[in-house]
Amino acid sequence: MLNRALDRIVREESGRVMAALIGALGDFELAEDAFQDAVQAALEHWPRDGLPRAPGAWLTTTARRKAIDRTRRSAVARAKAPAFRDELLVEREGEGRPDEGDPWNEPLPDERLRLVFTCCHPALSMEARVALTLRTLGGLTTGEIARAFLVPEATMAQRLVRAKRKIKGARIPYRVPTGHELRERLDGVLAVIYLVFNEGYFASSTGPLIRRDLTAEALRLARILAQLLPDEPEALGLLALMLFHDSRAAARTTDGGQLVPLDEQDRSLWDQEEITRASALTERALRMKSVGPYQLQAAIAGVHAASSRAADTDWVEIALLYDLLYRTDPTDMVALNRVVAWANVKGPQVGLERLEARWIESMPEAYHLTRADFLRRLERWHEADAAYAAAAAVTDRDHVLDFIARRRASLQT
Amino acid sequence: MKYLCLIYDNEKNWMDASPEEQGKIFAAHQAVYEEATKRGQMAGGEGLQPSHNSTVLRVRDGKTVTTDGPFMELKEQLGGFYMFDCENLDQAMELAALIPEAKSGTIEIRPCMVYEGMDG
Repeated sequence: MLNRALDRIVREESGRVMAALIGALGDFELAEDAFQDAVQAALEHWPRDGLPRAPGAWLTTTARRKAIDRTRRSAVARAKAPAFRDELLVEREGEGRPDEGDPWNEPLPDERLRLVFTCCHPALSMEARVALTLRTLGGLTTGEIARAFLVPEATMAQRLVRAKRKIKGARIPYRVPTGHELRERLDGVLAVIYLVFNEGYFASSTGPLIRRDLTAEALRLARILAQLLPDEPEALGLLALMLFHDSRAAARTTDGGQLVPLDEQDRSLWDQEEITRASALTERALRMKSVGPYQLQAAIAGVHAASSRAADTDWVEIALLYDLLYRTDPTDMVALNRVVAWANVKGPQVGLERLEARWIESMPEAYHLTRADFLRRLERWHEADAAYAAAAAVTDRDHVLDFIARRRASLQT
Repeated sequence: MKYLCLIYDNEKNWMDASPEEQGKIFAAHQAVYEEATKRGQMAGGEGLQPSHNSTVLRVRDGKTVTTDGPFMELKEQLGGFYMFDCENLDQAMELAALIPEAKSGTIEIRPCMVYEGMDG
């Protein structure tokens, strides 16, 4: 009972506590070690003394004390190294930072914001950014992150250690970028959050179709970011987009865990409350008149969400939005989706003609699946079957194989 | 902290450039120098002669063995470097982005070792 409460508190408070610690200690790794010490201490004290009134403050204060202990120990161990962190702590505390026993002093929101920008710094590999963000801001354990990305725990631990060493060694700063740099860096932060979400929602490897822990974590991070940067339309756009996706989660799989395509979903299962929130966010973002890929994707998802039956979908609107999206984000995947949208306006024959052969190389699974669907709708059964077979040959996702098997069984060959 | 910015670019770009183009590249480097100096972050830098003028040396079993360089045949060769003394990586990245070869080649930013006053 208490362990579960502790888990929840640790996860919820992790971003804030870590941000406060890194801000005070100026050292990523020390902050994390100290935080772990504090969690350990909580496991010992809380069952005996009861839950503190402000658990986040308790953890921060304890972690600070543990950090001082750790620094002193290492200073003694390496007598020649000056205990500069001790001085740093004294100096910082002299600046009026919350001291031991002080009531929970909510760190400025930008402490967490700084942490996001450090974790998602472009000098780190994408894998490291994702892991570090989940670990530090999300409060997930190394084991949880390793399981989510299906890598051995030792590999994930190594990845995190390397990232933290680089932050320290290369002095990746702990700051919110300003001016034009903010927009550039923000794109990187949003990409990390969306990657976490997609990893949960579109589960790229074998395993359960939706990993709710990852989608929930991505939503939580996006909510924090949208709160901290309320004037950045793309931050709002990403949150809206993920809420739209999430609103369909219940309809997206059968009880047996099979994938249900959008046009076959039971729309009464869509979460209307999330849709309402997502729509409001999208509108707010679009009113800022600085359109970007996440806002456009949210707008597209919003058109789907507004149709109570698949047949009522306003495909012209969606196709036009894809045209705009392709202008801001000219990737093959957007181009393919744009072809699909126009095929729903002008018919599958047009879609077939607009498929580009080079997509076989760049995204074989999506290419073959789309082509198979066009051929199926044109009732060219044998060719459709061959295209589904081609898709099956290139995917490694169980639920996609499963979907292909069902589609092939329904063809009138 | 000092950051060594290694400039990798296809040296043919420079050798094939017209005198006007070379003048522009030179002026751009002058601008990097001035900006870094203005910020108090300039700690050195040189342009290097073409890689075919380099010599590779090894001492093995007490014997010095030299060969005609470069050390590695790459599509982009080391053509010069800057040393910037900055507070953090972001500042070094800002200056590195001003180096003209960043547009055609690659800049590698390597933080230098710190020997005193810091523990590992």
